[in-house]
Amino acid sequence: MSAILPPSERLWWKQPIDKVEWAWIAIAFVWGMVMFVMMIYWHIYGKQNLSNEAYKTTPEMFAAKAEKFIAENTIRTETEQQIPVVKVPANGEGYLIARLWAWYPILELEKGKTYKIHLSSMDYNHGFSLQPVNINIQVIPGYEHVVKMTPTKEGTYAIVCNEYCGIGHHSMLGRIYVK
Amino acid sequence: MATTYRTCPVSGLQFEDQAEKLMRWNAVAGVLWLLVGGITALLVILTRWPAIKLLPADQFYLILTAHGIDMLILWILFFEMAVLYFASSTLLRCRLAAPKVAWLAFWLMAIGGIVTNIAVFQGESSVMFTSYVPMQAAWHFYLGIILVAVGALLGVAVFFGTLVVAKREKTYQGSLPLVTFGALTAAIIATFTILAGAGILLPTLLWSLGILKEIDAQLYRMVWWGLGHSSQQINVSAHVAVWYLIAAVVFGAKPLSEKVSRFAFLLYILFLQLASAHHLLSDPGMSAEWKVLNTSYFMYFAVMASMIHGFTVPGAIEAAQRRKGYTNGLFEWLRKAPWGNPVFSGMFISLVSFGFLGGISGVVLGTEQINMLMHNTFYVPGHFHTTVVTGTTLAFMAVTYLLVPVLFRREMILPKLCQIQPYLFGISMSVLGLVMMGAGTLGVSRRHWDMAFSGAPFQYEWPGAAYLMMGLTGIFGVIAVIGGGLWILLVVGSLLFGKKLDGGKVSDRPTPIPVNTQAASAAAHGSEHVAVPGTVVLALLLFVSFVLYYFVNWKYLSEVWLLS
Ligand code: HEM
Ligand SMILES: [Cu+2]
Ligand SMILES: [Cu+2]
Repeated sequence: MSAILPPSERLWWKQPIDKVEWAWIAIAFVWGMVMFVMMIYWHIYGKQNLSNEAYKTTPEMFAAKAEKFIAENTIRTETEQQIPVVKVPANGEGYLIARLWAWYPILELEKGKTYKIHLSSMDYNHGFSLQPVNINIQVIPGYEHVVKMTPTKEGTYAIVCNEYCGIGHHSMLGRIYVK
Repeated sequence: MATTYRTCPVSGLQFEDQAEKLMRWNAVAGVLWLLVGGITALLVILTRWPAIKLLPADQFYLILTAHGIDMLILWILFFEMAVLYFASSTLLRCRLAAPKVAWLAFWLMAIGGIVTNIAVFQGESSVMFTSYVPMQAAWHFYLGIILVAVGALLGVAVFFGTLVVAKREKTYQGSLPLVTFGALTAAIIATFTILAGAGILLPTLLWSLGILKEIDAQLYRMVWWGLGHSSQQINVSAHVAVWYLIAAVVFGAKPLSEKVSRFAFLLYILFLQLASAHHLLSDPGMSAEWKVLNTSYFMYFAVMASMIHGFTVPGAIEAAQRRKGYTNGLFEWLRKAPWGNPVFSGMFISLVSFGFLGGISGVVLGTEQINMLMHNTFYVPGHFHTTVVTGTTLAFMAVTYLLVPVLFRREMILPKLCQIQPYLFGISMSVLGLVMMGAGTLGVSRRHWDMAFSGAPFQYEWPGAAYLMMGLTGIFGVIAVIGGGLWILLVVGSLLFGKKLDGGKVSDRPTPIPVNTQAASAAAHGSEHVAVPGTVVLALLLFVSFVLYYFVNWKYLSEVWLLS
């Protein structure tokens, strides 16, 4: 019953380690290193890395920039709430506001073009969850995150909010068109 | 203070009077929190089951907040206090240092838990147990958690004190038993963690009182997860210690190598403080270098430690069984194991489920880029129900079957039901974890009341498979609640109605642990080396599943939109 008693060999640290145990430790170690290298490899050769570009901001500053972007690029409005559909200039910059409880505005992108999408929240934490692609990014108030994205397929995409943000959380659904 | 020591006639374990009372009170309080948590679990699962959708949104978020707190913090922490007192006072056969402080710890935790629950059930604090700022709960929500943390810290201090008492009063010779060493690991991590926690909980309390104007939302997440994640390593250390304990008691198993097992615990201490990173992989405020460094260098050593325990625990059992003559083929030792003994079956299901489901999913989830596929989806609670539930909770349930007769001196009632309980709970919870991960892989969000997005300006139809997974979540969740409820019934029933057992001799001084000579140990375990080929095969199976699943997820990742 020696796991609940002091080790029977008083000099337990001098006991040799069995070959099989060494082998397993080695496998675990090497595997850890492989997983470590894999992340770095993907930063160099992979095509899906989360952007490092982020700035401190305030809701007012971010909203002002977003409103300017919306005013300049709106192509139509949709739904009863007249949500603007904004065409982000090809290979240009777009803004997406997360607030209780909406993603604003609707963005229109083109397949194969690369966009810099600025994300921030006006109030609580929100979760940018692009479906059905399944890309998930935390959106935090006070931080402007600039994510470079390139849509690979046409279609109508939903942005689900997947960070709990209060009673209307389940109704916080946004939209992105890819033409 | 005068105290007495009782030697249990069945197990030979020696209980000091004060420590025994404290273990009982802490364990029972834990079970009561599990009861509250279990009721909330049923309500949560019946609401997330799309065909039922029991509660309205506000009540769902309230109940889910209560579920997280009562389960993850209160049930687990109270039971861990009992484990700490057991691993120190009982295993080292000494008195508990400062029992008065231990009682203060107990009451602080109990009152804190109740205060936070009051805040939650009053309805103004449905902020989830993570309570990310700037969403604000009532001030007593934070106050209660602070009281719990202070209580836990005092309990940990009593544990350290008890180790000193044992050393000074020479109740054992040589080094600490491995199980106590594991508990020590948990206690050291707990100390760091709670102190880090104070760094965020106190400002948050002040903020909720209006004294502090603002807390940076990103900073909060970072410091909070310093508490929130590292504390999961307390749970892992505690349940690994319980695995070793059960292997020792049920099989008389001796660790394959004290050195390797202790080294693995040491790795937990050294490398898990910083793993808060893997909750922030999809956050804006941290650089990629920071994320990669913290998830890999630091976390992978802890992963390695878990892989080592995952080998040495079954290995020790295999070696013990082979010494008893179960040497046919690769797996006779396992087939002939006491599968009808809930102490063993619970422990073994815990080991397998934690390794294959919780461990693998956790590492994949914690990979910087792959995290984007799963962050905040249902995959996340799926993952941790196979760590903190099938891992920690099930291990604690299993050891309780051992503790009821020796600590509470009651025979377990309804032994047939005791036999099936670990299977019922362990298997349904493992499947629940799997289907939750399945739903998350399809994008379904966690903490989300309505898959139909009622009230939204647009529609989004989840794939049919997502609804299927959520339906299965409902079914297996209900079975898991029944399995957990059965355990509570059996334990409480046994405490109230189980046959009373003889408490054994009482003495007013401790009997020290007899010096364990090498000769005695050789007589008990055999001195020659025993190979463990069955464990090697199991370990390789784990490794292959791990590698395959890991790379499958990179493949998924390579198929989404390009991001940089
Ligand atoms: C008895 C059966 C249980 C069932 C059926 C169950 C079910 C669930 C479900 C479905 C969720 C996710 C809800 C959502 O995100 O929308 C959840 C969350 C959670 N569960 Fe459980 N659970 C059980 C037991 C436990 C236990 C024993 C623990 C801890 C030891 C636990 C800890 C948690 C935590 C920490 C959360 C996260 C809460 C949050 O997102 O804030 N659960 N549970
Ligand atoms: Cu939101
Ligand atoms: Cu939300």
